[in-house]
Amino acid sequence: MYPQKFDYFCPDTLEGVIELLTRYGEDARVLAGGQSLIPLMKLRLASPKYLIDLDKLQDLSGISEQRNEVSIGALTRHAEIEESELVQSKLPLLHDAVTVVADVQVRNLGTLAGSLAHADPAGDLAPALLALGARINTVSSSGKATLGMGELMVDAWSTSLGGDQVITEILVPIPPQGSGGAYLKFERRAGDFAVASIGVQLTLDQKGNCGDIVIAMGAVGVTALRAEKAEALLSNQPISDDLLKEAASAASAECDPFSDIRGSVEYKRHLIGVLLRRAVEVALRRAAGEKVKTVHG
Amino acid sequence: MKQLIQVKINGRIYREEVEPRMLLSFFLREQVGLTGTHVGCVVGECGACSVLLEGRLVKSCLVLAVRTDQKKITTVEGLAREGTLHPIQEAFVEHYALQCGFCTSGMVLAGHSLLTRNPDAGEEEIRQKLAGNLCMCTGYTQIVKAVGSAAKAYKK
Repeated sequence: MYPQKFDYFCPDTLEGVIELLTRYGEDARVLAGGQSLIPLMKLRLASPKYLIDLDKLQDLSGISEQRNEVSIGALTRHAEIEESELVQSKLPLLHDAVTVVADVQVRNLGTLAGSLAHADPAGDLAPALLALGARINTVSSSGKATLGMGELMVDAWSTSLGGDQVITEILVPIPPQGSGGAYLKFERRAGDFAVASIGVQLTLDQKGNCGDIVIAMGAVGVTALRAEKAEALLSNQPISDDLLKEAASAASAECDPFSDIRGSVEYKRHLIGVLLRRAVEVALRRAAGEKVKTVHG
Repeated sequence: MKQLIQVKINGRIYREEVEPRMLLSFFLREQVGLTGTHVGCVVGECGACSVLLEGRLVKSCLVLAVRTDQKKITTVEGLAREGTLHPIQEAFVEHYALQCGFCTSGMVLAGHSLLTRNPDAGEEEIRQKLAGNLCMCTGYTQIVKAVGSAAKAYKK
């Protein structure tokens, strides 16, 4: 099983990549880790005439702390994020998510920007980055641009990126002291895409109540979705079992899943409610300073 | 158009011309002649074709051979030394961790990769880190035991 024939380029510079994208337009695709694009090409679901490999752009790889943000280079591989002490200590929600992406082999090659650009509705990293309020830096022939996650995500397998626009960096704000986050994924078998997933980042106020909260849902819509009604119910409130049940019902109602091989609409709505309650519990414990290992379903 | 690549496989340098769409799995088997790497599903689901690329476990059916230019690859043939099996291979024999053997080369390399990074891995981690490798015969129990028992050989 081979991809259709294509011309292969492996430029040394980002400028070279953009020049090729400008020249070949829709007929060209960029290759990052290749863990989604190569299977698509073998199945002939994608048949680019020109393949532009980013493998030599090592400058676009790496994780660093900059003021109150974590900067993650576009081509940073999932395994590097998984192993990063900075991510483990400052962004536990992202760490939860990256450790459940596919399997070891895919995490060793797959990249953060590649995953975002591929935009699988059941991907783990888009909901995680949506919950964390990440911004996406890009470059194209018309210059640099910064997108919010909401601006990047358009539809299933489609983003707002232009034909010659390349993601260069993902900036993730470091949550303040007293904030806790968790990402929980429910999967049918190890390494599968999510049936449903939830990312929750919340900050406790001085009274120990839930202050700001962001809830992002994965695999229950064409893109990752915010659970805005559930957020409104929980924010600036003391968390009680009854309130959590109410928020879970709200999230179940406001998600927009489709029925597929992984489950029915009804089942996925139910899962969202369950995952929300579990994720809030973990996030609260982490906000209180406890080290909690997430257990994914 | 074919491109010339130079790859170091199991310590030996190969210079070969490849079409850009040639997958690493087929390159290893058909062009280099190292048939220990098995091709199962060809779509990245089964892990049988796993090899080490620059020391990291990857599925060779999800890598273009042209991309491995100037890189190092280890296949299952690179584990044994002068006819003596590697401890991880010995452990698979000892624990009957294979039946038909199709998944074995990928499993052995997945276990090797895990223990190289963490010789203290317990059963839970072994199961998690082997999740990308499917076996249709054994039910995994002996494979997990074999990897666990090989761990001592990785502790310095």
